[in-house]
Amino acid sequence: MKQNPLNIIITGVGGQGNILASAILASTAVQDGLNVSVGETYGASQRGGAVTSHVRLYEKDQCGPLIPEGKAHLILGFEPVECLRSIGVFGNQDTKVIVNPKPVYPVDVLSGEATYPRVEEVLRATKELVDKVYVVEAAKIAMEAGNVVLQNIVMAGCLIGLELTPLTTESAKDVIKEIFPNKTESYLKAFELGVREVRKAKPL
Amino acid sequence: MHVTNAESKKRVLLMGDEAIARGALEAGVNFCTGYPGNPASEIIDTLAKAAEKFGVYVEWSVNEIVALEAAGAAAASGLRALTAMKNLGADVCSDFLMTVNLSGTKGGFVLVTGDDPLAHSTTTELDTRNYARLADIPLLEPATVQEAKDMTKFAFDFSEELGLICMLRMVTRLSHSRGVVTLGPVQTQKKTAEFSSQEMWTSGSSSITCMLHSVLHEKMRNAESKFEESEFNKYVGREDAEFLIMTSGTGWLYSLEAVKLLNLQNDVGILKLGTTWPLPTKLLTTHLKHAKEVLFIEETDPFLEQNVKIAAAELLVDGIAPVKFYGQKSNHVRGEFGAGTGELSVDTVVKALMGIRKIEYSPRKSCYAEKVQETVGSYLPPRSMSFCAGCPHRASFWSIYKAIKWHGQEVIVAGDIGCYSLGLLPTGFSVEKTLHCMGAGLGVANGFGNMKRFGLDKPVIAVAGDSTFYHACLPALINAKWNKANISFVILDNNTTAMTGHQPHPGTGVNALGDSSPRVHIEDICKSIVSDVRVVDPFELQNATQNVYEMIQTEGLKVLILRHECPLNEPRGWQEKPAVYVDQEKCVGDECGCVRFCSRVFKCPGMTWDYVKRKARIDESICTRCRLCADICPQGAIKVEETT
Repeated sequence: MKQNPLNIIITGVGGQGNILASAILASTAVQDGLNVSVGETYGASQRGGAVTSHVRLYEKDQCGPLIPEGKAHLILGFEPVECLRSIGVFGNQDTKVIVNPKPVYPVDVLSGEATYPRVEEVLRATKELVDKVYVVEAAKIAMEAGNVVLQNIVMAGCLIGLELTPLTTESAKDVIKEIFPNKTESYLKAFELGVREVRKAKPL
Repeated sequence: MHVTNAESKKRVLLMGDEAIARGALEAGVNFCTGYPGNPASEIIDTLAKAAEKFGVYVEWSVNEIVALEAAGAAAASGLRALTAMKNLGADVCSDFLMTVNLSGTKGGFVLVTGDDPLAHSTTTELDTRNYARLADIPLLEPATVQEAKDMTKFAFDFSEELGLICMLRMVTRLSHSRGVVTLGPVQTQKKTAEFSSQEMWTSGSSSITCMLHSVLHEKMRNAESKFEESEFNKYVGREDAEFLIMTSGTGWLYSLEAVKLLNLQNDVGILKLGTTWPLPTKLLTTHLKHAKEVLFIEETDPFLEQNVKIAAAELLVDGIAPVKFYGQKSNHVRGEFGAGTGELSVDTVVKALMGIRKIEYSPRKSCYAEKVQETVGSYLPPRSMSFCAGCPHRASFWSIYKAIKWHGQEVIVAGDIGCYSLGLLPTGFSVEKTLHCMGAGLGVANGFGNMKRFGLDKPVIAVAGDSTFYHACLPALINAKWNKANISFVILDNNTTAMTGHQPHPGTGVNALGDSSPRVHIEDICKSIVSDVRVVDPFELQNATQNVYEMIQTEGLKVLILRHECPLNEPRGWQEKPAVYVDQEKCVGDECGCVRFCSRVFKCPGMTWDYVKRKARIDESICTRCRLCADICPQGAIKVEETT
């Protein structure tokens, strides 16, 4: 691995399935014979709060479950504002970002106590802070695979499809088959659509 | 599931809590108990899944003290027993802990506590290591997921060898981490429980207690000498390093990484302690001898910091040179809210080392920080927690809110912990005014409802969830009756322990294994104490509001059970229901005069705003099709799809 540890942040909102995405990536790493450490904060996961996972791939020296400030190599953003918030803490000028541009409005916005910035504005700010930004309409692609809840699988496909990690699509598919024995077809389809989408996406 | 994999030597990915469960299975655990609470819930959840395969008894107990007492009896009968709970639960079981340390154990007896630095989902940052010192029992602190498994297995052997309960302290960051673990074999040998009538299992009283206390001290001297050689204590760095980091738990990997980031590997030695009570004094002496400065890195309280300082003071007489200590006391190790608060990270250790060693370090260029401030700091909206779409608590708190409005005067609402703690926040219309620990809502209501003689004459509503009711409300309910407190007690019954991951409770009709078990009905208990007991569905908003209103008009003790199942209790069950949608032809948007009642006022996250058409819109990926909004829209614009 070029970077050791390789630091990946997965961020979104409770209910988007990003914890499952991090579990798939971590299991893929084990399948590929790598070491992995995952830190998760999900006390608020079912209550509309932000949920962030730190996935760290490493070779020899074990690393802790939290990525230090400014040290993320890759950020997988399930929600544009949460993605930008994570970049503020963990991003740097070399970070690569994959972001799903569909907003999930916080209750503070719905109740009129705060405003949600325009998505184009959020993406522009995102681009200013990092190296490359891949915008992927994960929710729409998930619908193609049959269900909007598969957006997390689409996003996992994007991350592995980008080939910036040593994780292989073959191992990821094995993991998906193992975790979802009854729904393998739609999950594999969502994963493959994610791989394909990110490979044809032009980064900002 | 990896935890139930009988194969050993396999490398698998486990969560910290799953690793504890696996360690227990590898130790041949027989009897497991606990009460759900973040971050410890997944230990019993996992053991319950493995119970049948390995012939282990696993129960969710009604609360933590019953859990520890039941497990204690199993251990006193020669079985291996484990009890798991969060930090606030350790308080609940502490009465028994402070006596079972004296009465001892025959089988391995392990207490696992899950602390929550930064209070991610707890109402306190309580550091339970203090209980190990208070009860004077051995304490282990795992630093990695692998160690969580290995230490659990060791704790059973060690407890059995000493005849004394052992404690293992986890923190959220480790309980909910995932890491690669090498499995060992699961022990499945059958054991018979034995407790004969010739035996005494007691902490005694008077001289017997003092004698047992002396036995406890002897056991702990034995524990200390064993800990001197423990493989869970490690030292890395130069043998003569003058600067030493002493750390435990998660602090170990953070310290290693911080030292590497700052390029201090050649100057700084790190002593990682896995056995933190009793402290291995000889090992400490070895390293204090070469150190001139010591920095303590540990989660929450200055536990190591204070205890090592005491040990170091004793060493002065042996001619060991004075050492300069840094940590929370010197204010070098501090979270966002000051020393001794929040959660450790690599950055906490980096900042401490920068301060002490006067080193400059910045992970990003200074101009980057300015750019972040400009772009991120200026306009990102906060994301407060809210009740889930379709949550019955939103309806219940709306009823309480409306009833108080009808009453037109102040009402004191005492809250409790669970999902409905959010009753403090705008999502629960900010009606709750107190929040502490399980059962404290009804407990403090006993005081608020009995101060009319001192001029505090306001109606009092106490709120508690169903699982909380069984756990901690019965003594307070009896007390309220006995001492004539004026309380309207509202029980939010969603048929599950939702906050911690939907565990069953005595009212659900199933046990930890999912097997059918007798139901204990909340209303049956209440009716045996209180005469005015009502059961209402909170989704019948008008009826629920009317009932809350009626209760606060009269004095005395009354009970209202607001019963509606948590929509997440049956995942995807809601998908079978007809869809709910906004007829945008009928919704008149901001012209309505309802001030966006469905989204802005009622605040259901499934109900969003269509910023293009300036009308309400339902987000299908969030909506749980509960239909409640269809009843509240003044225009009747929210509709339920017709089914044939």
